[in-house]
Amino acid sequence: MKLARIWVSAAALALATLHFGAAKAQTPSTLRIGLQEDPDMLDPHKARTFVGRIVFMGLCDKLLDITAELKPVPRLATGWSFSPDGLTLTMKLRSDARFHDGEPFNAEAAKANLDRARTLPDSLRKSELASVDSVEAPDAATLVLKLKRPDATLISQLTDRAGMMLSPKTLSGDVGAKPVCSGPYKFVERVQNDRIVLEKFKEHWEADKYGFDRVIYRAIPDTTVRLANLRSGELDMLERLAPTDVKSAQGDKALKVLSMPNLGYQGITINTNNGEAANQPMGKDKRVRQAFSLSIDRKVLSQVVFEGLYAPMNQPFNPGNAFVDSAFPVPERDVVKAKALLKEAGQPKVSVELFVTNNPVDTQVGQVVQAMAQEAGIDVQLRSTEFASQLRDQQQGKFQMSRIGWSGRTDPDGNIHPFVTSKGNQNDGKYANPQVDKLLDEARTIYDPAERKKRYDAAQAILQDELPIVYLYNQTVFFALRSNIDGFVINPDGLIRLAGLKRK
Amino acid sequence: MTTLILRRILIAIPTLFLVSLMVFALQRALPGDPFLVIAGEERDPEVIARLREIYRMDDPVVVQFFAWLGQVLQGDFGRSLRTGEPVLHLILQKLPVTLQLATASILVAVAIGIPVGILAARYKGSAVDYSASALALSGLSIPNFWFGIMLILLVSVHLKWLPASGYESIFVDPWEAIKRLILPAFVLGNGLAAFLMRHTRSAMLEVLRSDYVRTARAKGLDEDTVVHRHALRNALVPIITLTTLLFGELLAGAVLTEQVFTIPGFGKLIVDAVFNRDYGVVQGVVLCTAIGFIVMNLIADILYIVVNPRLRTG
Repeated sequence: MKLARIWVSAAALALATLHFGAAKAQTPSTLRIGLQEDPDMLDPHKARTFVGRIVFMGLCDKLLDITAELKPVPRLATGWSFSPDGLTLTMKLRSDARFHDGEPFNAEAAKANLDRARTLPDSLRKSELASVDSVEAPDAATLVLKLKRPDATLISQLTDRAGMMLSPKTLSGDVGAKPVCSGPYKFVERVQNDRIVLEKFKEHWEADKYGFDRVIYRAIPDTTVRLANLRSGELDMLERLAPTDVKSAQGDKALKVLSMPNLGYQGITINTNNGEAANQPMGKDKRVRQAFSLSIDRKVLSQVVFEGLYAPMNQPFNPGNAFVDSAFPVPERDVVKAKALLKEAGQPKVSVELFVTNNPVDTQVGQVVQAMAQEAGIDVQLRSTEFASQLRDQQQGKFQMSRIGWSGRTDPDGNIHPFVTSKGNQNDGKYANPQVDKLLDEARTIYDPAERKKRYDAAQAILQDELPIVYLYNQTVFFALRSNIDGFVINPDGLIRLAGLKRK
Repeated sequence: MTTLILRRILIAIPTLFLVSLMVFALQRALPGDPFLVIAGEERDPEVIARLREIYRMDDPVVVQFFAWLGQVLQGDFGRSLRTGEPVLHLILQKLPVTLQLATASILVAVAIGIPVGILAARYKGSAVDYSASALALSGLSIPNFWFGIMLILLVSVHLKWLPASGYESIFVDPWEAIKRLILPAFVLGNGLAAFLMRHTRSAMLEVLRSDYVRTARAKGLDEDTVVHRHALRNALVPIITLTTLLFGELLAGAVLTEQVFTIPGFGKLIVDAVFNRDYGVVQGVVLCTAIGFIVMNLIADILYIVVNPRLRTG
């Protein structure tokens, strides 16, 4: 028993010491942000993840930024204009910006970056800059982009990774290992799956707007654990608070929750034309797809799976977006009409397979859809697999319906063109309609928003009838912050802009 | 002893080759295309084609395997498809993390498991024994991720005694490192302790029944001396083997515990790599873990000989 006594006292002593030692001294000038995933390559031209873009917001300045109202605003470019034929974009650049290695930012540097983004073999920015024919730097403060065709999406591309600038001296090196940009914070270290540390760049042209000396991004995939870290004071803010945690976070006085609809959509892509799997009633008959869409109560779906916090949607553009067509409000569930449509199609009983990603939330969405469609006479079989396999099968046409979403782009083109035009990269169901192709191709080249909207509306009138994609809901962006963190401006792109953030 | 070590190293070579071959083949048999994941949401077919070319994915699998093997023999483990970092750099970054967590967890397991096992054997059939059994059963049946989250909520969120997650190297900031290690090491160690406790108990019971222990008692020695000096030494032989093997297993990473406490060790690295089809990283980490396991096995054999002199000439 003597031994047991020694152990008990040792444990008590250890806990007592800890109790005094553990009250963590907070460094007032460090901001700690919890991310849902670990970013991929920290090279803006090769990066693909959403969380990577959050880190780039601190690390790499870009030519333009976007406001919460989706208006482009100056960053490294102070002004811009298109030539009357729409084939030349001229940008005026700042003269007081520097890269983290002390090199000056100028038109030559911008040209080197845009050329790298357009020509690097494994650049992921090529399609974003596909309309650019050549880049010229007539003087240090002027950048000229010659275009192959008018491109209304270009400005919005330059507000993101395609418009981010790396120090020209580092372009040929291993950029991802130590990115040298010109943003308000510079790269210090990265431990994969754990943290990325940035330090304030004192020579930044807007340094006085950035209140923290250091920013640490920590990847904490489990939503419960991420919130627990915020509650315990290990984090100052986190992105993507789970809808199921929103109520409890709102009830916590030490925290505050901010939200906004994001730019993307969540829905079900239907295989209408990609191989053998399309040869079934859901793929071949639009009335069956209409019946399927009518059988789903989008509000109830949101209530069951997302505490009613995700807005129902039926268009590719997020609720409140200027390009939403008011002629198509979110439809009410109508089982009678759905049954009538199935009868009219000569298919009173339809059996169809729905692909879902094997995570709890997606599975639940699948189950709710399954139960609702059942009542209209559509027997939905769920097939669950992990994401990499789902993508592969989807691209190869080995699917009938697939539950998939899109994180969204600031320009409307990014939410619709790749998915429903016949040659679109993401048109996995191989939906093809020459009229839709024509309208959406045209919309890309028109700079006047009102004229563009007419094309999108006309395309939507066709798509709402043929339903190659059944849109379900919008993922609201939820951020949770410690209540002593001030100055955070939420944006529908879900990124974290560090300007103005401070601790009270 | 030298012969034993040499023989083990010779056996290790074909073992490692087979492990690599198996992992390589299994990975390629998995559905899903790494480049569809890497090419991002846009999935530009031109980019995917270029990436396949860069990473020589269109070569026959056998050619790919031997190309990889050739590189590894020259000390080049390739690069991560996901982040572009050299795999060797990743392994060297994660190995200390995993070693630190594994060592701490084993210490916790030994500190709880062996004393409780001895007590349970010594007071067999008493309340102590039953409580120890109940403790072991709960240690074995409570899932680590749940226990971890509960501990975070209690100790970090409610009591604010310890940080909720993260990692610090013991050589950089020892105090911070210990604070961050306590919860995960306790969660992992708790499960292993149950295992050790049960084995210690049965080993001790066996030894306590043997003739020489009866002789020791007959000589009038007090029970403490009998148990600690005479019985324990003999009972320790299988326990040491078990402990080293458990340590070897911990080297493969403790996925759920690492996930809950966001510890950037092997477990998290390998799971992420599998989901992203990051072939090179999976290969490298599995090879490294296999080497670790072989080394731990060797250490177990050596310790076995040290503790049990009768095996020295064998």
